[in-house]
Amino acid sequence: MSPLLLGVEEEGQSRVSSPSVECISQNGLGIREWNYLGLSDFCSVDSSGVPDDNGNNLNLKATELRLGLPGSQSPERETEHCFLNSGKLDEKTLFPLLPSKDGICSSSQKSVVTGNKRGFSEVKGTIYTEKKWMGHGAVPDSQSLQPVSHGKYSVAQASVKKDGPANLIQEQPCTSNGTKVNRTDISNNSSAPTANRAQVVGWPPIRSFRTKTLTTSSKNNDEVDGKPGPGTLFVKVSMDGAPYLRKVDLRMYSTYQELSSALEKMFSCFTLGQCGAHGTPGKESLSESKLKDLLHGSEYVLTYEDKDGDWMLVGDVPWEMFIETCRRLKIMKSADAIGLGK
Amino acid sequence: SSRRSSFPDEVLERVLSLLKSHRDRSSVSLVCKDWYNAERWSRTHVFIGNCYSVSPEIVARRFPKIRSVTLKGKPRFSDFNLVPENWGADIHAWLVVFAAKYPFLEELRLKRMAISDESLEFLAVSFPNFKALSLLSCDGFSTNGLAAIATHCKNLTELDIQENGIDDKGGSWLSCFPESFTSLEVLNFANLSSDINFDALERLVGRCKSMRVLKLNRSVSLEQLQRLLVNAPQLAELGTGSFSEELTFRQYVELESALSNCKNMHTLSGLWDAKGIYLPALYPVCTHLTFLNLSYAALRSDELAKLLAHCPRLKRLWVLDTVEDKGLEAVGLNCPLLEELRVFPADPFDEEIIHGVTEAGFVAVSFGCPGLHYVLYFCRQMTNAAVATIVQNCPDFTHFRLCIMNPGQPDYITNEPMDEAFGAVVKTCTKLQRLSVSGLLTDLTFEYIGRYAKNLETLSVAFAGSSDWGMQCVMGGCSKLRKLEIRDCPFGNAALLSGLEKYESMRSLWMSACNVTMNGCRLLAREMPRLNVEVMKEDGSDDSQADKVYVYRSIAGPRRDAPPSVLTL
Repeated sequence: MSPLLLGVEEEGQSRVSSPSVECISQNGLGIREWNYLGLSDFCSVDSSGVPDDNGNNLNLKATELRLGLPGSQSPERETEHCFLNSGKLDEKTLFPLLPSKDGICSSSQKSVVTGNKRGFSEVKGTIYTEKKWMGHGAVPDSQSLQPVSHGKYSVAQASVKKDGPANLIQEQPCTSNGTKVNRTDISNNSSAPTANRAQVVGWPPIRSFRTKTLTTSSKNNDEVDGKPGPGTLFVKVSMDGAPYLRKVDLRMYSTYQELSSALEKMFSCFTLGQCGAHGTPGKESLSESKLKDLLHGSEYVLTYEDKDGDWMLVGDVPWEMFIETCRRLKIMKSADAIGLGK
Repeated sequence: SSRRSSFPDEVLERVLSLLKSHRDRSSVSLVCKDWYNAERWSRTHVFIGNCYSVSPEIVARRFPKIRSVTLKGKPRFSDFNLVPENWGADIHAWLVVFAAKYPFLEELRLKRMAISDESLEFLAVSFPNFKALSLLSCDGFSTNGLAAIATHCKNLTELDIQENGIDDKGGSWLSCFPESFTSLEVLNFANLSSDINFDALERLVGRCKSMRVLKLNRSVSLEQLQRLLVNAPQLAELGTGSFSEELTFRQYVELESALSNCKNMHTLSGLWDAKGIYLPALYPVCTHLTFLNLSYAALRSDELAKLLAHCPRLKRLWVLDTVEDKGLEAVGLNCPLLEELRVFPADPFDEEIIHGVTEAGFVAVSFGCPGLHYVLYFCRQMTNAAVATIVQNCPDFTHFRLCIMNPGQPDYITNEPMDEAFGAVVKTCTKLQRLSVSGLLTDLTFEYIGRYAKNLETLSVAFAGSSDWGMQCVMGGCSKLRKLEIRDCPFGNAALLSGLEKYESMRSLWMSACNVTMNGCRLLAREMPRLNVEVMKEDGSDDSQADKVYVYRSIAGPRRDAPPSVLTL
């Protein structure tokens, strides 16, 4: 999947945990919860005047990941998912500073994503990296660019040819660069929801009704004019170092704290070292060196892109105003967040 | 000597009237002339899988006593916008004949048909005994048509509106049921988005004491749901409305209490925008649930896990891939009786967001649910090894529909085609009736299918195969094949023509974006006069290419209602 390929290359990391390795935060399975994005009393980003209740935990708290909401006090975690055990070093306070360098879920990982990418990255100039779908016949053509072990079918692909302006003309399998026409079926007005890329008509095979319904329920904020109304308000959330985005419905929350908690849960699996091989709790993988890295202190802050396209720190404006104007969320490293508007 | 049957006709008819399966009835009708006649006089329900395979006049002539009709129209790929809008499958001509020949018609179930409001009004006034209307994946009508049904059908027991392209003009149709009307047993309007008059609904549900299926639309709130349930504890199937507004503690308790009184409830759906915190209200119902449809509730894995812990008897489960592999692990752990699993993608078109389920989730379910026989699985990665494991755990698959959403994607670990995966499926699952393939596939997949899938009836293929040989293997090997739909594959005229002998024993063939030419189609049409060979042309495409081909057997001859873009050869 090319977008992942490109995205990851930009991020500079090649091994990421697969979605399936969402191990530890699942309380229901009796695994200890790790408070990765630990919100505590100690608010770091704009820490002026924020009291620290547990003075003797100061050292630990200093290493906790916090989504520093400027001017606000991070809430205590609920017991359900809070194991703030003072004095225990190996706990949820640890959060990766430099996920890419530390090699998230290094070893083990079944080359979940890499295998995928490797296959396509070898194929230059194919539709996968182009992020567009050519006409039918395009896919078999790109297949012909697969490594030689698949010679059996690669030859046959050359026979796939189709004429017509609406379809990509493929004379040679390799000339798949250049104009890639999205094969739009003019007579069939595709009811596919807005997508960031051109796409194949009628694929994946999902009924229009379902597509429309899911689109309505997860209407991207980009499409509405920011006017709050009944229903949901989905925005994308990205995080530095995470391999892919998530979506949250801002209407599900009524305070910044709730939003923070939800995001912590959602992105907890991206923390380094916690997700060990095959999803087993990687408690033992929290080595000393990692702890040391964390003690040098660095956190993540929650930022958002507003209607004007500016990136702001979350937490300044009243909640209602925030959800009206927020188009996108990003969990950034605080170092990168210096100078952001408030 | 007299060949007359020793059974009086009346006895034979009586016996045959007990036969329900239309396939059994077809077999019976072939025995001899007497049996043919006895069968046709005793048949009350007719199933027509392709509305163009026969004409309403022919049906009426053969079966004089029909009270229930099921009709299917457009090719299945019309669900995915591959069929032009005005393609056909209009019900009206059928209704006109039925009004004349079957004035006592009671039931009409339509799938992928075009229906106008005028047709619905005509239906409503033409059949005084009309009882059941079910519309699935149909289009062309609006809520005005539903108003006509509600107004005129005094004996209505079933109004089932599912996943249609309906023009929703408002919810006033529901208020058209007269106050004296009490016979409704099935009401499904989950498909509609407009607000309905809740008071009218509440009164309707309150006076229809036999109601067993109620599927609400999103406009019905949790609080309103509670009020409905209090008056309808006998419900067997419930589709909730929106499951997300804020409830006071008291309201929550009342809701939970109302649900716990529904001792007969075995099917639950809806749960639009379900908030995890309210799901525990469902626990009392979950213990006896056999079908849970969460395909419009974007639950997380932990939320699903908590819910499933209360659903030990679940046989059918539909979910969104927001539950991820972790959620599917919970399925495997909690639902040993599971027979059917469908996992739909929450964000199928957005490439930036690529979470969802992987092969791991599917494998986890297979370990926990050995009785699994129906699966529809949308995912973004898969391996041959995983599928081999899955079918080893669950050899009884009858329906295996795997959609790797990226067309032509190989095994992401070995980078090889997914041939061996589907090879394993057809070799192991000898009862396989329906198969949908995806991923990077060579002709080898189709060799396997042709060689092993001897019970296969329906096959869906997209972006697969290497040459004509693939399709030839299928046409030559799958003796029970009835429906074949292919898109974006390198199959050409040789492949098309290899099935020459076969198409008359099939319901239909669909090929789009393949390498079939007009000449190939003309040849097929010429050789097989009892087939309708229709070609749909796209604007601006080459005259010699047959962009979309739809071939089906018919005793009604070529159809006369085809739009200009459809050529019958």
